[in-house]
Amino acid sequence: MTQLIIKNGFVYDPLNGIDGEKMDIFTSNGRVVEKVAEKQAKVIDASGMIVMPGGVDIHCHIAGGEVNAGRLLRPEDHFRDVETKTPLTRSGVGRSIPSTFTTGYRYARMGYTTLMNPAMAALEARHTHEELNDTPMVDKATYPLLGDWWFVLEYLRDDMIEECAAHVSWMMTATKGYAIKIVNPGGLEAWGFGNNVRDLYDSVPHFNITPEEIIRGLCKVNKLLNMPHTIHVHTNNLGKPGNYLTALDTMKCVENLASEERPVIHITHCQFCAFKGSDWNTLKSGAEEISKYVNNHSHVTLDMGQVIFTDTTTMTADGPFQYILYQLSGNKWVNHDVETETSAGIVPFRYKRKSFVHATQWSIGLELALLVQDPWRIYLTTDHPNGGPFTSYPKIISWLMSQVAREKMLKKINKRARKNSLLPSIEREYSFYEMATITRAGQARALGLEQKGHLGLGADADIAIYNINPELVDASKKYKRVRDAFQEAAFTIKGGEIVVRDGQVVKSVSGKTFWVNPQVSSTADITSNMKRKFREYWTVEFENYPVPESYLGTSCSIPVEAKV
Amino acid sequence: MPVVSNVTCPVCGSFCDDIEITVKNDVIVKVKNACAMGEAKFLNYASHRQTKPLIRKNGELVEVSLKEAVQKAAEILASAKYPILYGWSNTSCEAIRVGLELAEEVGGVIDNTSTVCHGPSILSIQDIGISSCTLGQLRHRADLIFYWGSNPWSAHPRHIDRYTTFAEGRFQKSAWRGYLSRLTGILSKKRLHRAVNLGLGRQTPSPPETELRLPSTLLQNKRKMIVVDVRKTRSAEIADYFLQVKPNKDYELLQALRMLVRDEELDVDKVTGIPVETLEEIVEIMIGCELGILFFGLGLTMSQGKHRNIDAALSLVRDLNRRTKFLIMPMRGHFNVTGVNVVFTWQTGYPYAVDFSHGYPRYNPGETSVVDILCRGESDAALVVASDPVAHFPNVAAQKLVEKPLVVIDPQVTPTSIMADVVIPSAFVGIEVEGTAYRMDHVPLPLKKVVEPPTTCLSDKEVLQKILGEVRRLRRNHN
Ligand code: SF4
Ligand SMILES: [Zn+2]
Repeated sequence: MTQLIIKNGFVYDPLNGIDGEKMDIFTSNGRVVEKVAEKQAKVIDASGMIVMPGGVDIHCHIAGGEVNAGRLLRPEDHFRDVETKTPLTRSGVGRSIPSTFTTGYRYARMGYTTLMNPAMAALEARHTHEELNDTPMVDKATYPLLGDWWFVLEYLRDDMIEECAAHVSWMMTATKGYAIKIVNPGGLEAWGFGNNVRDLYDSVPHFNITPEEIIRGLCKVNKLLNMPHTIHVHTNNLGKPGNYLTALDTMKCVENLASEERPVIHITHCQFCAFKGSDWNTLKSGAEEISKYVNNHSHVTLDMGQVIFTDTTTMTADGPFQYILYQLSGNKWVNHDVETETSAGIVPFRYKRKSFVHATQWSIGLELALLVQDPWRIYLTTDHPNGGPFTSYPKIISWLMSQVAREKMLKKINKRARKNSLLPSIEREYSFYEMATITRAGQARALGLEQKGHLGLGADADIAIYNINPELVDASKKYKRVRDAFQEAAFTIKGGEIVVRDGQVVKSVSGKTFWVNPQVSSTADITSNMKRKFREYWTVEFENYPVPESYLGTSCSIPVEAKV
Repeated sequence: MPVVSNVTCPVCGSFCDDIEITVKNDVIVKVKNACAMGEAKFLNYASHRQTKPLIRKNGELVEVSLKEAVQKAAEILASAKYPILYGWSNTSCEAIRVGLELAEEVGGVIDNTSTVCHGPSILSIQDIGISSCTLGQLRHRADLIFYWGSNPWSAHPRHIDRYTTFAEGRFQKSAWRGYLSRLTGILSKKRLHRAVNLGLGRQTPSPPETELRLPSTLLQNKRKMIVVDVRKTRSAEIADYFLQVKPNKDYELLQALRMLVRDEELDVDKVTGIPVETLEEIVEIMIGCELGILFFGLGLTMSQGKHRNIDAALSLVRDLNRRTKFLIMPMRGHFNVTGVNVVFTWQTGYPYAVDFSHGYPRYNPGETSVVDILCRGESDAALVVASDPVAHFPNVAAQKLVEKPLVVIDPQVTPTSIMADVVIPSAFVGIEVEGTAYRMDHVPLPLKKVVEPPTTCLSDKEVLQKILGEVRRLRRNHN
């Protein structure tokens, strides 16, 4: 096994409180260690460079049925962005929905080493895992969509939390999933007949349960199962003016389930649910209200869902939302409803600087990241590819680190949106330390991935080195330098091996797939109950549903002690 | 005798996964739950089978070792400038993944059978999108089911029973009873007709094919099935209503329905022979349903207008979503033709007709599709996997295919394998080896192994891996 010494870099390791200290990092057998002998080790001279843990993305759509339907839908997205085969790498295409190999390589080039695929229809879990197996360079995991699963709706309606927890645990194991994903709870079931739910208190047709009850129920289930991540929620009414109230209601509804200052809910791509105003014409930012709430309540974490001015592809499990987006844009539209579980929709979309609505959205994302004071509780995402492709992260980094960069873009956007924007009044600029927090340390902590997001002893040797000297470069002024540095890592180290050098892949590795394996006491009961209902609920046989562990390229299960 | 249950059926796109197989001395002796097509496959797959690799020497196919066959296949592919790799819809996703890697390695064109079946549907989806679902969604919710240009009763025999009209779901009852009484009606009408003919000793015209007035059952509040086709198929006989469209007039009919859905007036009396009043009533029913589904088959994809027909069908369904919930799905034929599109797409971005000759994936059906390449005489070698293009391609293309060196990997003897230069018989996936395949609605399911393959037969995946390894070795030595 390779041993590495990374010498003399400016290390940013927020989980260990290291803020740009010049120090050496040692790795051996894929782990960070105290010291290795210089003679046996490969030495990387990182002087004048930044050393950080490998990037962690808590929410990026990179694999599975929905993503692939997006790829199929958009040959025009791929034509002008290709990757040629090399002796080390497979060929592929980009852009907003890159093919699997290309996805892995491009993330690695930016120094990212761990990715969370946030929307998996459980019935199609095999598909997601097949694609994750073909996504090289990174460790990965995927969240099954459980907020509209009939078992969940029925058990929660009947107040049978423990049974619900046991079945969710079965599902986590069956799908090799990592976290409980909830998308527009109740709304997707209603979408089965072309309807939606109005708010948290609306009854889900035929099921006699409300979205609020689903969220609270699954939040309790999450605690009972002792899951490493919180519930991961895409709110009701996403993408509708006035929905910041729904977002606030969603956070509030689990307030009393929190304990010990620990988060119990993650609101994903928060920009899309921070809209004030009564219609598109009166749209305003709700970032102030949301950040105020988050600043005063420790039970919530967020990710940005930043919008980039570009052509991209929107894809969520939120069927009714995607339908509205289709109607607004008139673009082509894919819908895919999944029996007993969920739905999905896809619409290509172009965010334009001169559009009032899009420019307002751009502003909202940044406002959220700048107004939420604690960088440990908001994470950098675009909800790839919904707000824009992940390859635009370095742009966002430069906007967060430099007021000048923000002002420059502000000048180019829609006038009315500029006038309404809160950005000119915000002076905050992220430091490299905070940047390391919102792109890796905070995300790893929120996910409960103990080996990731830091460089302490025993951590996975997933490391990114960026060619920028924080002592010499003022990120606030030289934001372009910052952007370039984060676009192409000088080195990416995965599991102790150098996989990227100067932005080029120099070694291809396959990466692990994490999944949570809750240890529950009553497995036998669940199995017999599931078996009984299986033919009634699905069109496949019970035995053919679970994804066997052997199906995963490199399986890495995380056992957790459940309280049921 | 050991019984293996929950076996998937590697025949049609319905991809039923509830088959029970009884095995005696490593031979399948009984098949439960499958339709006649599926049962025939499980019981007879091994007849007319070649199990030893063959190479053509002096014009004759002679038996050789696997090693020699693999070597020869690799030489052919590695030395070709523009090889084509075709087939794939009857094998596992695992084999397809290796096939793509091989195509990339040799800088060839990889294409699959959708190029000659639902290719036009895919092009339309890329223009318009598609509003679809998994099949269980329909079992639970659909109260209006269209089969357009497809005859599931014969081509996907258990489709109606498992997923649509006769299936029972949470919100929908099976329409089986209604069908039974209708069936008795049909039979007695036929019997009567025959009796009349016998009695009178002459031919009376048979009952009209399309009843122009809608039957009253169609207006009732229950699950209904409507078949649109150019002739009265078995599926049409069991439908609540059969709409007979004139050959190649599907487009006119679809456009008329679209206009009516948008509340526009039609200033003609009839559309392709069907009175406008009838169409208006049908549109009423479409708008009034809780959830409608339109399944379409090659009858629509391959009739005149192809791409345009599917455009119209996809748009009709999209527009209907303004009024109610409506979905649409192509009836895919081979058991893994959906899977082949899926795997191609995640690895290359494109579902078929992928050209690697520039070192990256290129897609331009009409140019990079194999039939066109063959017709232009551009390819200089071919690999065919689990498919029979000699029987199914247009003559010119088939001729060009066999003129150049041809490698075939297939568990069966086919007209294509008989014409090949190298034949590597493989094991039957889904019977003798495992894998993954995708049902027509994109639900992935495991292919099972129920009996041992002949000792001389490896899986498609293993054979391809061997060829790929050998190709790489040859290229390394060459450089
Ligand atoms: S319907 Fe198709 S998949 Fe089902 S048993 Fe018959 S042939 Fe097999
Ligand atoms: Zn998302």
